[in-house]
Amino acid sequence: MKRVYVNEDWCLGCHLCEYYCSFANSGKSDMVKAFNGDKKTTPRIVIEEGDDINFAVQCRHCEEPLCAKGCIAGALTVTNGIVTIDSSRCVGCYTCVLSCPYGCIVTDHEKVVKKCDLCASKSGEPACVKGCPNAAIVFEERG
Amino acid sequence: MNYLIIGNSSAAIGCVEGIRKIDTTGQITILSDEPYHTYSRPLISYWLEGKVADEKIYYRPEDFYTKNNCNVILGKKAVKIDKSAREVILEDGSAISYDKLLIAAGSRPFVPPMDGLQLVTQKYTFMKYDDAKAVKEVLKPESKVLIIGAGLIGLKAAEGVYKVTKNITVVDLADRILPSILDSEGSSIVQKHLETKGVRFTLNDRVKSFTENTAVLEGGSVLDFDILIIAVGVRPNTEIAGECGIEVSRGIIIDDTCRTSDENIYAAGDCTESLDITTGTQKILALLPNAYIQGEAAGINMAGGSKNYGNAIPMNAIGFFGLHMITAGTYEGETHVIKTDDEYKKLIFKDGLLKGYIMIGEVSRAGIYTSIIREQIPASSVDMEMLVSRPQMMMFGKSRRLEKLGGVNVGN
Repeated sequence: MKRVYVNEDWCLGCHLCEYYCSFANSGKSDMVKAFNGDKKTTPRIVIEEGDDINFAVQCRHCEEPLCAKGCIAGALTVTNGIVTIDSSRCVGCYTCVLSCPYGCIVTDHEKVVKKCDLCASKSGEPACVKGCPNAAIVFEERG
Repeated sequence: MNYLIIGNSSAAIGCVEGIRKIDTTGQITILSDEPYHTYSRPLISYWLEGKVADEKIYYRPEDFYTKNNCNVILGKKAVKIDKSAREVILEDGSAISYDKLLIAAGSRPFVPPMDGLQLVTQKYTFMKYDDAKAVKEVLKPESKVLIIGAGLIGLKAAEGVYKVTKNITVVDLADRILPSILDSEGSSIVQKHLETKGVRFTLNDRVKSFTENTAVLEGGSVLDFDILIIAVGVRPNTEIAGECGIEVSRGIIIDDTCRTSDENIYAAGDCTESLDITTGTQKILALLPNAYIQGEAAGINMAGGSKNYGNAIPMNAIGFFGLHMITAGTYEGETHVIKTDDEYKKLIFKDGLLKGYIMIGEVSRAGIYTSIIREQIPASSVDMEMLVSRPQMMMFGKSRRLEKLGGVNVGN
């Protein structure tokens, strides 16, 4: 299955992927509106920055997803290989935060957790990949 | 193949999902003494609080049994296993045969003998849906609630009743709350948080005797209450296994594949003992993720596949009144502590490995620490300064990052 892969040597640390991710998940049609006001949408992708290296981290859609196996509410499920969350079932216990080996389940001021769904409900490549100016994150089928 | 599962909670559901990965046609029968569609036990406090609606307490969708082609027998208790006939006998005397059996019988609340307890009319334990329903039935804004036990279940019960009544007192014999998951510093932080919400604690004390609406403590104080919730601990349901001659210690003994001492009988979840890799000892790990993972492994093995439940550790994520905490592993060893106004973090190292952690308040990305413990990644192979400062993928060497994030098989 196609996943998002990272080429850390090419990552500029520009954080654009975080913005595109937030926008894609904001439900807004206009980027300016998505980032206006207090209720900014938390990105499901995280940039880690080092002295000479940067990279993006988001859900790896594990074949053995510990987050879904451990979910106390049955809110995390796997559909066609994509680990998705049903926010209406999430109780915000953070067992998935405890379980995810990549630290890719995101929490914010809201009760429920958030995670990458590879923009499954939208068409084409995930927004972070489309928006990356340096092809440091790609959407590909790899072994 | 004819599969029978005693139990209908996480381990049982994991087993169904495990079996169906391998065997899509074999007959699966689920047997439960509760009358409900599979529901999540840890959600009962959220349900009582009104945060989870009736239809959301269910652990899997309504069509789960149909989709997985399961025959479900609800509201009937299994009383005996006949290993040689490969049959389970129900309380009504009927028998169900099996080729492979899973015992996922869970655990039950432990109620110690207490003087005068029989005089208390409104007394409850807090593990099952029916327990939460019974509490909801009698709970009123003017109710005074007394909870015996300041562990995970007792404090979740406190949170569960809080929207209706804030008159809550928690009594525990231990000198601090949540001793099973926190160190004393952590206990004190969480206790203060609960106290600011109005929950009262009487620690280091126990009930000497009850009347219908009062508890007299050893320390001399007298507490009035309307509703008593007993949450001092749980005991594994091992009787059905022990009585048929399967090896049982404190829990049912299983191997890496979740098989018991009988080749056709598997067990998973709260009723078993798991190997805690942080100590190398067998212990009861009554945790939902562990139950699911064991159940799934059991199912795969029962269906002829091969799967170890592997890498089990104690681990908990829980929150009370908006304060989150995540803990894992064991706490004996060299410690690194970070304490600020917003967070308390303790990391415990031993034998060159991260063995455990406690995070309160700031818990982001805690799973990276969990993975280091579960995979026993040597501390020497990561950047220690980064590890101690916060969970991050940057602490690992480039090759692990390439493999995990770049999809590159570094081994080849």
